[in-house]
Order: sequence, then C-alpha cells, then structure tokens
Amino acid sequence: MRLPCPICGERDRREFYYQGAAVALNRPAPDADADAWQDFVYLRENLPGDHQELWSHDAGCGAWLVVTRNTVTHAVLGAKLASEADR
Amino acid sequence: MRFDRLTKGFSGLRVLKEGLTGNTGWTPHWRDPEPKPEYDIIIIGGGGHGLATAHYLASQHDITNVAVLEKGYLGGGNVGRNTTIVRANYMLPGNSEFYSHSLKLWEGLEDDLNYNVMHSQRGIINLFHSDGQRDAFARRGNQMIAQGDDAILLDRAGVQRLLPYLDFEQTRFPIYGGLYHKRGGTARHDAVAWGFARGADSRGVDLIQQCEVTGIDIENGAVRGVQTTRGAIRAKKVGMVVAGRSSQVAAMAGMRLPIESHVLQAFVTEGLKPVIDHVITYGMGHFYISQSDKGGLVFGGDLDLYSSYASRGNLPTAEHVAEAAMTLMPVIGKAKMLRSWGGIMDMTPDGSPVIDRTHIDGLYVNCGWCYGGFKATPASGHTFAHLLATDTPHPVAAKLRLDRFRTGRGILDEEATGSQHNLH
Repeated sequence: MRLPCPICGERDRREFYYQGAAVALNRPAPDADADAWQDFVYLRENLPGDHQELWSHDAGCGAWLVVTRNTVTHAVLGAKLASEADR
Repeated sequence: MRFDRLTKGFSGLRVLKEGLTGNTGWTPHWRDPEPKPEYDIIIIGGGGHGLATAHYLASQHDITNVAVLEKGYLGGGNVGRNTTIVRANYMLPGNSEFYSHSLKLWEGLEDDLNYNVMHSQRGIINLFHSDGQRDAFARRGNQMIAQGDDAILLDRAGVQRLLPYLDFEQTRFPIYGGLYHKRGGTARHDAVAWGFARGADSRGVDLIQQCEVTGIDIENGAVRGVQTTRGAIRAKKVGMVVAGRSSQVAAMAGMRLPIESHVLQAFVTEGLKPVIDHVITYGMGHFYISQSDKGGLVFGGDLDLYSSYASRGNLPTAEHVAEAAMTLMPVIGKAKMLRSWGGIMDMTPDGSPVIDRTHIDGLYVNCGWCYGGFKATPASGHTFAHLLATDTPHPVAAKLRLDRFRTGRGILDEEATGSQHNLH
C-alpha cells in the first residue's frame, strides 16, 4: 500500500502513522455534552468501503493527511493536507 | 445421556462399532431446518460465540426456541481461521475473572459437548527481556495465582530447558526468562464451532445457514424481529454476535459502536515433525508461535494498524513478523511458509470486549473481541446466554459494559496505552 503525500509524492505505507477515521477534524465545542464527546472520541461509522482517515507522514515531511481509501480493496483514492481539508 | 453417547454420540465403543460395520451409522452433526416465523430468541451470527450462546441458552437455561442466523456457513468467519490460543493470564479486573471463567469452561468443554475439540493444555510461555519486564511478569503471575489460575516464573535456565532452540543471545532482546502458564494452550478452532453447533442443534435450536440478516425491526424502542434473505422472522429478543461485522449489523438498528475494524494477519508453514511443544509469545518482537497437530507452525504478530475489511494484509507486517521469527528462533528459516491470511478484528478503544444490552429493548450486543476472541468463546457464549435469558449480566461479564466509553467509568485498558482508537 502506497499513499500519495501532496508534498512528497507517492510513498510506502511504512513512512506513515495511522491515526484513524478523520473525525478529529470535527471536534465538539469544549462545553458540548457527554454524548457529543462520546461520538467524537469513541463512536465510529466503521462501514466497509470508502473511508476518510488521518495519516501522518511521520518518516517524511511530517504533514497530517486526510486520505480517502477503500477498506475492502485497500485502494487509495486520494490524499490532501489536513490543513486544507473541508471541516 | 452417558448411554446415549454410546449409541448416538461419540465414544470409543462407537468408533469401534462403526469401524467394524463400514462407517455407515454416522449421521450429519446438525439439521438444516427452514426458519420458523417466530422464535423466543434470535442470535445473529453462526460463529463460535453465537453457537456457544445458543448451546448455553439450551443447556443452562432450557430455552430452545432459538434460531442462529448465519449469512454464510457455520464457523466460516474468525473461528474458522485463527491461531487457536486458549489462556487466562490477564491482570486486569473485568477481564481477569472473565477469562479465568472461560478457561474453566474450556477444561470441561469436551465432556460437556461430547465432542473432541482437541483442547491441548500444552502451556504458554511469555518471554521477558529485562529486569523491569521480569518484575512486571512476576506481579502478573502472582495475580494469576491469586485469582485461582496458575503461573510459574521461569529464569533463563528454566526457559532454556523447555525451549532450547531459541536464540537466547540475540543482541536486541536477550532472553531473561519467561512466565509459564501451564493450563494455557490451544484447541482445534473448527471443532469448537462444530461442537457448540451440535450441542445447540441436538437440544432443538435451529441453525439456519445462508440466511443473511438485512434489517432489524424496531417499534417504539423495542425489537420485534429481523428481516432476512429468507423472509422476516419475529422475536422479542435479538442478540448480535457478529465479530468483525459488528458495526454493519448495529447500523441496521441505527447504532454506532465504539469499534474500528482492523486486519490481523497470521501465517502457517508446511507440516513439520514436532518441534515446538508450547505456545511462545515474544512480546518485544510482536510475535507468537505454536505448532498445530498437523505439524504446521502457526504464528502471527501485530495488527496491520489501519482500518480494513479486506481479510488480507500488506507486506510490511508480514516482513516484520518474519524478522521477529528469525530473531527469536533462527531454526524457522528452514521452514517454508504455506499460507497467510487476514481476519477482521473489531477493535474497541480500550482493547476489551462488550457483552451488554443496548438502548433498544430486547436488543443485545456481543462484540469488540479485538484479536483475542477465540479463547473467550465458551465464556462469551455462557455469559451472553445468561444475559439473554435473565436480563441481568453474568457476574464475570458485568464489567464488559457498552456505556463505559460514554461515562468513562470502568474502562478496561487492556494494554495500558490509554483508551483511544488505534492504540490497542
């Protein structure tokens, strides 16, 4: 599996750290209730198919990426910088 | 019952009789019934845990108007492909008593099921590689003894006597000793599923294969039944026991679970003469190994560490496992790898499972087994059956609550890494 870093180009999966579903971009307000925080920290859609997820290019430029990847085929469909992703 | 076993079940006498009469008396292990329109309890998922639940509902609670709905064939998921390890070496309240209970059920399982599940208490040895790790394992061993299980702290010479083929002088992680859990071991994974299936079926439970649940009917906050590829089936209680597919089935009830599905790879070599007599874990290298009764070396390592439903992994993890294998036991370099596979693991944020009610009346969930569900099979079924039958959690599974993630109370942080997705 190779991921297309927008800064470094296509690189081996070994260079990246996987954070999980790209929910971290939708952080609730600090005073949100327990349900909102449970939703954000723990609950996941987790359905097979195309999946938005956060990867860090640890052994490369260090950028955080939002990668779209199919969890059934492992096909990588695109990546953009988390700093430029829709929120 | 005993007499039954001589005539209809399995016994030495029966094998002799069938051997002398052309093996014409054997019959299928279970029926292939049509689904009825209504049951008292529906179990979604005909894997190890679902079949165990059905067996214990029938045998412990006398509830036999039960259907197990399986979209494929019985035991075709993770119970049909895993590394078969059975152990009770936890040091975490909530999990400790649960797995301790499970091991005791394993020890009586073959007699209970009248089925040879090839449970082999060959012993597990967890290696350690530093003074600090020795202290931690000594403490864990004491905890295991205190909870009524067994543990022996082996020094280096002790490990050398049992496992002379390991490389004790490896430069990165020289072996200091090991924690020896003699009652741990392995079991034949398929036979476990088949034994529970036969146990449930013989008491009247309907095991319905090729029957995929496509919807869960809920009215006024209570479950009414399920929609399937073989028609609607009504029930007042429905248990979801679907391992790697937990999120998909829960979504039919409008639920989201605290689960990310990951892939775990495992590997088997060609059949070899007996060389490894125990189960060995090499935590520092993310590697564990045992030898099957067919002779194949069965081994694996860590998750691939990204979300996946692919049932196969990627090369980096396979390479890592091979490197660890060669580091620990260079002798393995002579073996040829026969096959590898990946299973879908429903990973919870704290690495521990869930056996609980849901917010929907009559809907129950059994999920989150991460990469350790096989050894849990009897206790998972036993305690889930208790919950389904009595509506109260079984004492040894009382801490496996679904709401621990919402309240933050009773988080069962399996690897002491914090309760967060991707850390277990």
